[in-house]
Amino acid sequence: MFSPAASDVWPAPLRPIAALGRLSIDIVLALGQFARFLIHALAFLVVPPFKLGRLIDRIHFIGYRSLTIVILTGAFTGMVLGLQIFLVLSRFGSEAYLGPAVALSLIRELGPVLCAVFVTGLAGSALTAEIGIMKITEQIDALQVMALNPFRYLVVPALVAGVITFPLMVSIFDVVGIFGGYLVGVELLGLSPGTYFGEMKTFVTWSDLMTGYWKALSFGIIVPWVCTYKGFYCGHGAAGVARATTQAVVLSSVLILVWDYFLGSVLP
Amino acid sequence: MIRVQGLHKRFGSQEVLRGIDLDVATGEIMVVIGRSGGGKSVLLKHMIGLLRPDSGAVLVDGTDITRLRGRALDRVRERYGVVFQGGALFDSMSVWENVAFPLREKSRRSPAEIRERVEEKLEQVGLTGMGDKNPAEISGGMRKRVAIARALVTEPEIVFFDEPTTGLDPILVNTIHHLIVDLHHKFRFTAVMVSHEIPEIFEVGDRVAMLHDGVIVEVGAPEAVRGSAKAVVQHFIRGEVEPVPADHTSRPVR
Repeated sequence: MFSPAASDVWPAPLRPIAALGRLSIDIVLALGQFARFLIHALAFLVVPPFKLGRLIDRIHFIGYRSLTIVILTGAFTGMVLGLQIFLVLSRFGSEAYLGPAVALSLIRELGPVLCAVFVTGLAGSALTAEIGIMKITEQIDALQVMALNPFRYLVVPALVAGVITFPLMVSIFDVVGIFGGYLVGVELLGLSPGTYFGEMKTFVTWSDLMTGYWKALSFGIIVPWVCTYKGFYCGHGAAGVARATTQAVVLSSVLILVWDYFLGSVLP
Repeated sequence: MIRVQGLHKRFGSQEVLRGIDLDVATGEIMVVIGRSGGGKSVLLKHMIGLLRPDSGAVLVDGTDITRLRGRALDRVRERYGVVFQGGALFDSMSVWENVAFPLREKSRRSPAEIRERVEEKLEQVGLTGMGDKNPAEISGGMRKRVAIARALVTEPEIVFFDEPTTGLDPILVNTIHHLIVDLHHKFRFTAVMVSHEIPEIFEVGDRVAMLHDGVIVEVGAPEAVRGSAKAVVQHFIRGEVEPVPADHTSRPVR
């Protein structure tokens, strides 16, 4: 049968065009499947029964288990910012602005982005691996034949947990980071604490906090969305799960940065 | 009653099912035998609604489940119990929680009733006192028994077994087979079992169907299938390597 899917049916000069066409169709199909996955999950947000136990478990899985790494990386990010910004500002005699510079960098940009990337590496990859293993060991099939929708058990709780925990984790990251900057700027380099926090209160506005919040909220959707999707559609065997986990981390991280730029350019 | 009519399924260029016709009567154990990779599990997945055919139908009491989706398909599946090849136990839960899971999620029973039913099922499969164990801590044979207990805990009308004895030693194979027959006597469910445990499986099934090259080549009572005049059936039962077609061997050597 004549089939455009078989590459050898095309005359040699047309094969690159056929391959390009096939690639384009594959990409569009994958994007469609990716979008439908989220819409399908969102539909279950409004249809009972709601799995409260699963939600609490996912909040523990994504949020609580990531706390140590969030605090640790938040502290060192703030300390590095405190040191580097202090060194730059001291060239212009503007050390007094260290507080707002550290706070604005963290609240508007670095807090949401770094926190989301770290949580992707820690909880997102585990989410993909867990769902991927459930898929290859037929546990997802088992849910389906028990007349239980796997989206309700595996995807929706992770999405809601992401929306709840990401803003909280980013807040913790920001606060710890600001104190990290305080430790270096005030305790180590001799800036007065009143200047550090006083200038911060002057310059950091409500809209800066909201920018950070909207970013955290959207990353809280992107990370579980990508990671559960990749787990759901992982390939066969251990290699399939490994590939899906890598793809989930890479795609989440790229989407976080792209979306961060987009939000950064449209939000005040 | 389950009636499979003209089922065709193709994966890419490979046609796995090439027109399957099979009737499973209410209350019988139908065993589907055939070589590995011959499409037995694919047939089973069509019967439980996990795969959709390219053409053909799977009628469960007259309803074509290949056309059902969502809630309508779930209503049919609520009558099912499925024992997967690897057990498909939820590894985040204990043995007890695995068996209790379908009841907790799909029934309105009280916790006391659920506890009683789960203990009863664990006892029936010989796993009393093992409820606290994690699926990873128990042996392959035990995992299969937990999977059987979980499939039967809702007392389904139709139970599907996908190679329930694969990877077990001969004694365990017989133990699981006896368990299935005993439970069938007790609960009279309709069973479809995919297996290649020859000859033990002839003692289990009320009828046996052989799937070969995507079609059912023989179906009937175990003795009738055993005595089949078809070479392909005899080769499979005796475990003989099938002769290579003549045109493969007679190719001239250059």
